Amino acid sequence: MTNYLDNVDSEWFSQRLSVALTIVVAAFVILIARLFYLQVINGAELRRQSEINSIRLKNVDATRGLIYDCQGRLLADNRPAYDLNIIVKDAGPLEPTIAKLSDYSGIPEAQLWAQLEKAKGSRAYKPVLLKPDISRDELAAIEVNRWDLPGIMVNISPRRDYVFSPSAAHILGYMGEINVDELKQKRHQGCKTGDYIGKYGIERAREPWLRGKRGGQQVEVNATGQVVRVLSTVDAVPGNNVVLSIDHALQVVAEELLVDQAGAAVAVEPDTGQVLAMVSSPSFDQNAFISGMSHDAWNVLISDPQHPLENKAIQAEYPPASTYKIIAAAAGLEEGLIDESSSVFCPGFLKFGNRTYRCWKRWGHGEVDIYKALSESCDVYFYKLGQELGVDRLAWYARAFGLGEPTGIDLNHEGSGLVPTAAWKKRRTGISWQKGETLSVVIGQGFNLTTPLQMAMVAATVGNGGTRYRPKIVKTIRTADGKTLYDSTPEVVGRLPVSEKNLNIVREGLFKAVNSRHGTAWRSRLDGMAMSGKTGTAQVVGRREEDTDGDGQGEPIKDHAWFVAYAPREHPKIAVSVIVEHGEHGSSAAAPVAAEMIRFYLSGGSQAADTTAPEGSVAPGQGD
Amino acid sequence: MFDRRLLQCFDWGLLTLTLAIGGIGLVVLYSAVSAGAAPPDIVLFKKQLIWYGGGMVIMVLSFLFDYKQFERFANAIYLASVASLVAVLFFGKYVGGSRRWLSLGPFSLQPSEMAKVAVIIVLARYYAKMISTGGMSFRDLMMPVFLTAIPFALIVRQPDLGTAMVIALIAGVMTLFAKIERRTFSWLVATFTMLVPLVWFFLRGYQKQRILTFLNPDRDPLGAGYHIIQSKIAIGSGMLTGKGFLKGTQNTLSFLPEQHTDFIFSVLSEEWGMAGSLTLIVLFMIMIAWGLNIAGRCRDPFGIILSVGVTAMIAWQVLINIGMVMGLMPVVGVTLPFVSYGGSSIITMLMGIGLLMNVSMRRFKFE
Repeated sequence: MTNYLDNVDSEWFSQRLSVALTIVVAAFVILIARLFYLQVINGAELRRQSEINSIRLKNVDATRGLIYDCQGRLLADNRPAYDLNIIVKDAGPLEPTIAKLSDYSGIPEAQLWAQLEKAKGSRAYKPVLLKPDISRDELAAIEVNRWDLPGIMVNISPRRDYVFSPSAAHILGYMGEINVDELKQKRHQGCKTGDYIGKYGIERAREPWLRGKRGGQQVEVNATGQVVRVLSTVDAVPGNNVVLSIDHALQVVAEELLVDQAGAAVAVEPDTGQVLAMVSSPSFDQNAFISGMSHDAWNVLISDPQHPLENKAIQAEYPPASTYKIIAAAAGLEEGLIDESSSVFCPGFLKFGNRTYRCWKRWGHGEVDIYKALSESCDVYFYKLGQELGVDRLAWYARAFGLGEPTGIDLNHEGSGLVPTAAWKKRRTGISWQKGETLSVVIGQGFNLTTPLQMAMVAATVGNGGTRYRPKIVKTIRTADGKTLYDSTPEVVGRLPVSEKNLNIVREGLFKAVNSRHGTAWRSRLDGMAMSGKTGTAQVVGRREEDTDGDGQGEPIKDHAWFVAYAPREHPKIAVSVIVEHGEHGSSAAAPVAAEMIRFYLSGGSQAADTTAPEGSVAPGQGD
Repeated sequence: MFDRRLLQCFDWGLLTLTLAIGGIGLVVLYSAVSAGAAPPDIVLFKKQLIWYGGGMVIMVLSFLFDYKQFERFANAIYLASVASLVAVLFFGKYVGGSRRWLSLGPFSLQPSEMAKVAVIIVLARYYAKMISTGGMSFRDLMMPVFLTAIPFALIVRQPDLGTAMVIALIAGVMTLFAKIERRTFSWLVATFTMLVPLVWFFLRGYQKQRILTFLNPDRDPLGAGYHIIQSKIAIGSGMLTGKGFLKGTQNTLSFLPEQHTDFIFSVLSEEWGMAGSLTLIVLFMIMIAWGLNIAGRCRDPFGIILSVGVTAMIAWQVLINIGMVMGLMPVVGVTLPFVSYGGSSIITMLMGIGLLMNVSMRRFKFE
């Protein structure tokens, strides 16, 4: 700092300061004038308003959109729930009121006090939730003794009700209280703490459509907090209704077929990709989530070895087993390695390197062509084909069939499966691909992983002549007053790189698998319904060790049973994939399930089972 | 070493003003936090007392050293402040959708509050150096714009538009005091006028809503408009003498939003009427005039601009906060100095008073 007198322009500063002071005084004069206006000129009026002012804000919850199946059957509804509240200020002395409430209703006193303890510090006139969703008996007991229970209130609020729970639980999903992270997400804008949102399934995937928009009321309340007058209302906008492509009657049939087993079944419409049924077994009770689930109940669900909360149709990944031969056959034909007339001799095994690869049929299939290879599922035929194809060419075809990536269905948590390649193995394990591993891969074992939905789409694509669609489960979304917001249209995602001629050879093989005497699914054939399909038996890892004790200790772990199919043979109306965990043989465990689903669907069983759809909803030409 | 004249020149007047306003603040805060809650939520009141205690210590520390020390360490203080703002973006805790707080054990600090003082000190240093009779050119103004823009942007990001705006306004006042070339000044005014409509496009949806609601409260009678309507009812219904301590119905029935922070003036007006609110407004006016007077009597450019900056901080917050609760301005989150609940606000304000006292009691050095 040099001499300040050289730097400071005192004149300038003092002039600036007086300008500043003037501005400050002027600003304060405005504030004081405003104060005067409010407190003196308008004071009496505003005092009067504050005395009658008992204007409070009340939220008006929007009703959540309903979920229907494709036939108009209501799957997810809303019902009124009765929530027990207390207004501490109006309750007088708390102890006797709580004691009486407990006496009348049978709700343990400790539970009531626990809720009050949680709400400590909140404002005295604000209702404290004592118990959500009380039973009819509790409600009746409280209503009868209302006079003796000051400050106790029962509020009605809408709750979700899954009409057929646990049916279709994995598709519909369930709801739960919004958490801190979800509150911050853009898709949950407008939600507040305590709100219930979709956590799984369609409830989650279509949450923003289903939710609706909360409304509000400015209401005037009297001294006891009762609403005297509604001053202004912003109406709540109800959520949109969602119509699924699911046919609930078919869904129920499939669920019953899989009861007491773990597994999945998916049925799709080959010409559109619409999902007709999607079953994951075992299921769970969605309604148990509605009013909050206890820790114990939750633990039981998540520790169940059969994973009831998992949607096995899209989340579980299994080796596709022999159903994969559909892809291997198409690849071999298209690459010109095999044709209609070429054949291979199957003695029941193939020596490769220093190992012997067995055919499932110990004494061999003899002379095998492509039709026999598919219909009788000859492993040796495909071992030889696999050697010539190599793993990477096979993988290219598998990807072209849609494996190794999510199908893009409109549900969350979809698995992608796995298509192994030599590069993939090197990257993953650091070990080079062994030629023998190709022999496992070509018959659908080894590293291969697929979801039941992916395999249903494979069957649908082969069935419809080679067009790949994105599977869709939401058919339409409409506002509560019927305006259509979304209408699903078939979405083509690709075409199979297989000529019509070659695809027809594969289709013929699949038809023979069901309809020729030695076909693996001969026992599941349907009269007059021309079903084509492919069985599969997926080896369960670790089986050998368990199986060879032979001391009778516990069940040996059985293989998973697969069956994929479509019907009728030309212009199929339905394609199905079924997996039964530890069902052992595709032909005995999975094929009958798929066959029964197809039989039910094609025979119009859905319309017959339809009791809830409004009259006259049957389309022309179908009513006979 | 300790100069006896320091004690003789101690600014008792400013201390008295501060204690008076702080006293009123505590009484009103007691009312705001205890009314309506069962049992009264005294925790906040006790916390505020602790903050006041800590704030007083910081105030004393702020005037013990010669304020020239602040000039020397201005850059370090500024950098520390920017660092803490960056830390908030990464480690801050979320409250109601914004990340403004850093946790320090049981207490949390709001670095954006402290940033106000840091900007004041760093700008005072820059302008004190640059001061000349001719006034500053565009080039001279680049640095202060840059120094203000960094904390401004970081605070907008939190988001805390109110505090960011206060920092910009403080910087603006300080710049006007540092003398700008006439030509540059005209240019600035022209550009600024053109920029204002542009700002609209950078506002977030809810911020636009607030401004629209301010222009027409009936737009949103259930949201922000509701709060302004209720706040006006609270203030007006206090009339001349108020409804009495702890008797404000708007307050007890919880019609006021944020009644212990941003809307605390409404609680005062309702319970103590015109008598109470006018007293507080006049005390604030005297405090601001006092601050300008300290600047006017100082003979050192750094001291002058520092005092102007601190005074501008207090003045803007008082005007914006009271203007807002009376419905003269859109709702932005700006605290009422010494009165609103909040440790960071209290400490920042008392630190500012400490700086003013510092300048005030050392003026003899130049006489």
